[in-house]
Amino acid sequence: MELDVHLKIEQGEFLAITGPSGSGKTTLLRLIAGLVQAEEGYIRSEGTVWLDTARKANLRPQERHVGLVFQDYALFPNMTVRQNLEYALRKGQAQNIVDELIEITELRELEKRYPARLSGGQQQRVALARALVQQPRLLLLDEPLSALDAGMRAKLQHYILRVHQAYRLTTILVSHDQREVFKLSSRIIALQHGRICRPELPPPVLLSNASGSDFHLSGEVLDIEKGSSKFIIKVLIGANMVRVETRPEDASNLQAGDTVTIRFNARQPELVR
Amino acid sequence: MALEFWQTLWLTFRLAAVTTLLLILIGIPIAYGISQSRSRFKPAMEALISMPLVLPPTVLGFYLLIAFSPSGWLGAWLEQALGLKLVFTFAGLVVGSIFYSLPFMVQPVQSGFENLPPNLAEASFTLGKSKLETLLRVQLPNIKPALLTGIVLSFAHTVGEFGVILMIGGNIPGQTRVASIAIYDEVEALNYGMANQYALVLIAFAFFILAMVYGINRQMLRAG
Repeated sequence: MELDVHLKIEQGEFLAITGPSGSGKTTLLRLIAGLVQAEEGYIRSEGTVWLDTARKANLRPQERHVGLVFQDYALFPNMTVRQNLEYALRKGQAQNIVDELIEITELRELEKRYPARLSGGQQQRVALARALVQQPRLLLLDEPLSALDAGMRAKLQHYILRVHQAYRLTTILVSHDQREVFKLSSRIIALQHGRICRPELPPPVLLSNASGSDFHLSGEVLDIEKGSSKFIIKVLIGANMVRVETRPEDASNLQAGDTVTIRFNARQPELVR
Repeated sequence: MALEFWQTLWLTFRLAAVTTLLLILIGIPIAYGISQSRSRFKPAMEALISMPLVLPPTVLGFYLLIAFSPSGWLGAWLEQALGLKLVFTFAGLVVGSIFYSLPFMVQPVQSGFENLPPNLAEASFTLGKSKLETLLRVQLPNIKPALLTGIVLSFAHTVGEFGVILMIGGNIPGQTRVASIAIYDEVEALNYGMANQYALVLIAFAFFILAMVYGINRQMLRAG
């Protein structure tokens, strides 16, 4: 794989890497984690050199202290949820981080289950929590949500943002999902054939309002809640979620993941500070 | 007669148990090493370990006999330096059986390691765990069916061994005379009844052990 990347990431940044499959996104993450070695390269993190092929220096993955969440989660099948987290503890590290993470990712009820008996979204939460047990400074996420449906994805994006802020992490997310990338990250780079190129812009949220009096907002349906006489539909617009009330007949042909346009009257829009 | 019958069976199963125990210690590291290896000598290593599967046991027995014989340099050294006599002794049978049953331990365990998703070990490494800890706490517990298959097949195969033992062990009651040799010996002496007793025990044992392997593997497949 030909990969030629120069990259500087600020502390506390949430960087997203996008690009078509085969563009080298995952390889880049694995290079940072130390799971593959570059023929030629230099990686430094907070003053520590991780890789310097010129001086034949290469820190093992064990010594880099990164949290890595694999695309297919890589939970240990022989351990329960709690044991998966406890396995990650460093020698002599206090147990309470495990409980804290179980609370944050809402895994309390599932802690005695084995991975085989968890749904995809639940496994994902365990993988995220396990990657954070050692309190890494750098969190690497490899297509963490690609196997999940739209509703579950929105929920997990929320967990990811939550831990990113709570633990002041520097996070690198690999994803080919445009919306996800724009929702979560503070900076985006795109890879193409192993090189960095300009990321494509997301589809505009506000569609042209040709009629002059209507706004058209484009978004994605996350969840449909059934009320007694009306439906509440959660729509993701840009990075924000909007709750829209509709009549049952309008909601009946919608499902999570659909792209919808919200149209509303705006003859005299008012801007408030 | 009855005493000798039980003595022979006891020796047979003791040989199989000792061999299997040592094979666990020897075979698992070999299987792990081969499964991780990307060396161009890997096919040669695999071929070497699998040779007892295709060679007549007498070939292995013959060369072991030559190597261990006190007149050869290896046999002489073993006897002088370590006080170890490997020809016509129980210890010799154990060494021969280890060579002979090695593929039965290595092959299932190796394919167990190879079928394990590599990212389990990688996840463990990024969590700061050493290769040894990863092997003991993640990889081995997740290839239990393969381990069990290896253990049971090594044990059973050692019980069924004939040619190697005849070559380097001979037929000393209580020391090197195992059930398969006893059958041959009893038939030579026209003691068909006695041969039949040994043979029936081995048939029952073989059926029981194979049924157990298949049963447990099926259970583990369901559970997994």
